[in-house]
Amino acid sequence: MTATGYARSLDLVTRVRGVRGAMIVSSDDGLVVAEHLMEGIKGSAVAALAASLAHRLRRAMAAAGVGASVFWHLQGEQGALLVVPAASGIVVVAVAEPDVNVGMVRLELLRAAEAVR
Amino acid sequence: MADEIKTLSAELARDPHSLVFLRLGDLLRQRGQLDAAHRVALNGLERHPHSADAHDLYARILADKRDYERAFDEWDMARRIAPGHMGALKGLAFLYFKVGDVAQAVAHLEEAERVAPDDFTIQQALAMVRGQPMGSAAARPAAHAALRPGSPAPPPPPPMAEEPMAPPAGPLEDRRVFAGLEGAQEGLLLLDAAGRVLGGALRDWNGADVTEAVAAYLAGVSLEAGRTAKLLGLGTWTGLAAEGQLGHVHLAQPGPDALLLVVRDRSVPMGRLAIIAQRAAIAARRWLEQQA
Repeated sequence: MTATGYARSLDLVTRVRGVRGAMIVSSDDGLVVAEHLMEGIKGSAVAALAASLAHRLRRAMAAAGVGASVFWHLQGEQGALLVVPAASGIVVVAVAEPDVNVGMVRLELLRAAEAVR
Repeated sequence: MADEIKTLSAELARDPHSLVFLRLGDLLRQRGQLDAAHRVALNGLERHPHSADAHDLYARILADKRDYERAFDEWDMARRIAPGHMGALKGLAFLYFKVGDVAQAVAHLEEAERVAPDDFTIQQALAMVRGQPMGSAAARPAAHAALRPGSPAPPPPPPMAEEPMAPPAGPLEDRRVFAGLEGAQEGLLLLDAAGRVLGGALRDWNGADVTEAVAAYLAGVSLEAGRTAKLLGLGTWTGLAAEGQLGHVHLAQPGPDALLLVVRDRSVPMGRLAIIAQRAAIAARRWLEQQA
């Protein structure tokens, strides 16, 4: 996929009201592949933390027998982190306001994940 | 005892269908060889699934391993197969007593007394249980002692009937955190900060107990979630919902040092799972406050 393709996928995610930014991250090493973030959000930190959490969550879910993660959502008092694992060690991540429409973001993240497959 | 174990093992090897596994399993249990006893009991149960004594033996071993929930199930099964089974009645009575349900404990002991009216240990246990406030610390050792072997005038029992169990008081109450909640024994888990199981249990879709394995991984998830929320300016994390290919999970923090996990299959929508998690968190919070 080209840089333009990544940018277009992320752009659709960030159009959802309440999304502060979106990025594509390599889950193996926690590095940024592409990003579309509001000012003030540290892309490298988001990437590293999301990848690390995704890794731990994947192992816990496998142990629980619920299979591979399709989508996960960390809710905080002041915001949320939403993640969709895509193919070949990539995760698509969004950082959002606490009152974001989670269902809408999920849909766009799944579309983006499909696009980068 | 060692010689008897050797003899019984040889006999069981010669005839795997023999009922000597009952005596062998209990001897191993009494010697504290719980893993070996567990294997013997399970093999015996596979061959004799309708034997109340086999379920009773397995329940004793589980109780010694402090797996009280499953011990309860096994004694319950033994009693369904043989309603007057002394070991099952005494075992269930003791478990009820441990969770503070004195009425049920007395009911089971009275039933045991009807089956064996001359059993002094039952009369002694009944007197102790009736004479103490519900599940009080003072009552436990006394009633416990009354049900243990070595009490005066023990009856000539079926092989496993003389000792319902010999665990210390404690974890059974812990496992009752989610009593009455849907999925309390297969889809709800309460952990402390170190990943130790405080209550609930988790089974995979094949029915295998995955409680400890998941608990071990979740300690890391909780720490990482807290770190991520803090560093990304999300404030305190309030929940982590994840959609899997086969099921959904929801994590919450009912207390500062506790983690709650709810697992359901994919037929339960994520929103409903969040509601279930909220209810479980209330129960967990209440329980944690009682423990404090």
